[in-house]
Amino acid sequence: MLDQEGLHLRAAFFRAIRLFFQEQGFLEVDTPIRQPLLIPEQNIVPIPSGTHFLQSSPELYMKRLLAAGCERIFQICHCFRQGERGRLHLEEFVMLEWYRLDADYADLMTDCEQLFGFLAGELPGCIFPAHLDLGWERLTVAEAFARYCPISAAEALAVDMFDQLLVEQVEPRLGLNTPTFLCDYPLELASLARQKPGQPEVAERFELYVSGIELANGFSELTDPDLQRKRFEEEYATMENERGRQKKMPEHFLEDLGKIEQAAGIAMGLDRLFMLLLGRKKIDDAVSFAPGELDS
Amino acid sequence: MYSASDLRKGLKVLIDGAPYVVTEFDFSKPGKGQALYRCKLRNMITGNQLVQTYRSNDKFDKPALEERKMQFLYNQENEYHFMDNENFDQIVITREQLGDNANFLQDNMELQVLLFEDKPIDVTLPIFVNLLVTVAEPWAKGDTSGTDTKPVTVETGYVLNVPPFVVEGDKIQIDTRTGAYVTRVKE
Repeated sequence: MLDQEGLHLRAAFFRAIRLFFQEQGFLEVDTPIRQPLLIPEQNIVPIPSGTHFLQSSPELYMKRLLAAGCERIFQICHCFRQGERGRLHLEEFVMLEWYRLDADYADLMTDCEQLFGFLAGELPGCIFPAHLDLGWERLTVAEAFARYCPISAAEALAVDMFDQLLVEQVEPRLGLNTPTFLCDYPLELASLARQKPGQPEVAERFELYVSGIELANGFSELTDPDLQRKRFEEEYATMENERGRQKKMPEHFLEDLGKIEQAAGIAMGLDRLFMLLLGRKKIDDAVSFAPGELDS
Repeated sequence: MYSASDLRKGLKVLIDGAPYVVTEFDFSKPGKGQALYRCKLRNMITGNQLVQTYRSNDKFDKPALEERKMQFLYNQENEYHFMDNENFDQIVITREQLGDNANFLQDNMELQVLLFEDKPIDVTLPIFVNLLVTVAEPWAKGDTSGTDTKPVTVETGYVLNVPPFVVEGDKIQIDTRTGAYVTRVKE
């Protein structure tokens, strides 16, 4: 539980983020938290809410707003993922997402650098556990595995060790000096991202790390509805734990995707970022009430 | 049957036929990746450590563990005899299995015995026990060694450091978790 000072800092943190995006010409939006159909993601278990589900991310409706003509939008909202509970995980957490029309993942990386620089200026009481003023490290997934793992990223994928090696060998070494952008994920790990031109085996997707902690996931959006439909079908085919979810296609989303030529979007976990800024070690110490403090 | 999502600190699971207790636990999940349950576990019989990362579809059996209230009867050499308070069954636990706990056993003491598949593997003592001091050297006045404690032996043969005023025939309270002197007991 946050004390009075923590609550005031958290409010200032949200205020500063909103100010940054407003100054950059972004429109703040809010989309439905309860959704009848979620984008298929094999590793995310949604929390049911009556006939609907609580959102695991606002991405579907934010992309539909891009299709409706919004050029730059952002949203701060609560997201829900069943069973994700640990030192850095809450089943209910606060997400910041922003989307840009006619942009790619490199533009989002620039946004991250500018956002952090802005926050450092606005929040003098906070700790930035990495050098923001130096050029931020950019490391491809292939380079990171070559540097820190006994086998390559492709080999790790083939033997189902990619996630474990990433968590145990790679992540602890990222974002220690400057923040790190871990870029260019294998295509099969980026269901909604665009293939990198000239490198068909990877997608234009990155994750942002500070102090070994993953803070954000961004990518150049895949905007080909036919290809996206195929990827969703593949994703549904590998999903076992459906818990009553219908394997339906989000048809309106796919239709709207066809209206977007190029776009990029990113999701950032704000509780984790705020935890780092407070110099705390557990996400429970960065929120007003942790799960263990709720009445039950 | 437990699944990986049940894992947490203190949970007891069966691995390769042996009971393990989770001593450290962390959940992690790389962005868009699969959930990983990273554990340190201790073999409850051998004490060996195991570091292991589990996935969502991993399953564990519950070990057949049972805790029973028993009374310590007596020991013969390395064999310690206990009696079940309810059905009067008698069991034997070796000195080796008892480890440091053997230092604090008094005749007729009641304690919890942990059984795995009906074989005793551990005992849980009361946190504090009162034991009789059987050997204590008198405090040498003018001792310049600079220490403010001295070693004494209690009725179980256990040797520990106590303040200088403790004498032979005193009862002292000992913390069984640390094996340290707590206070002198007046009876």
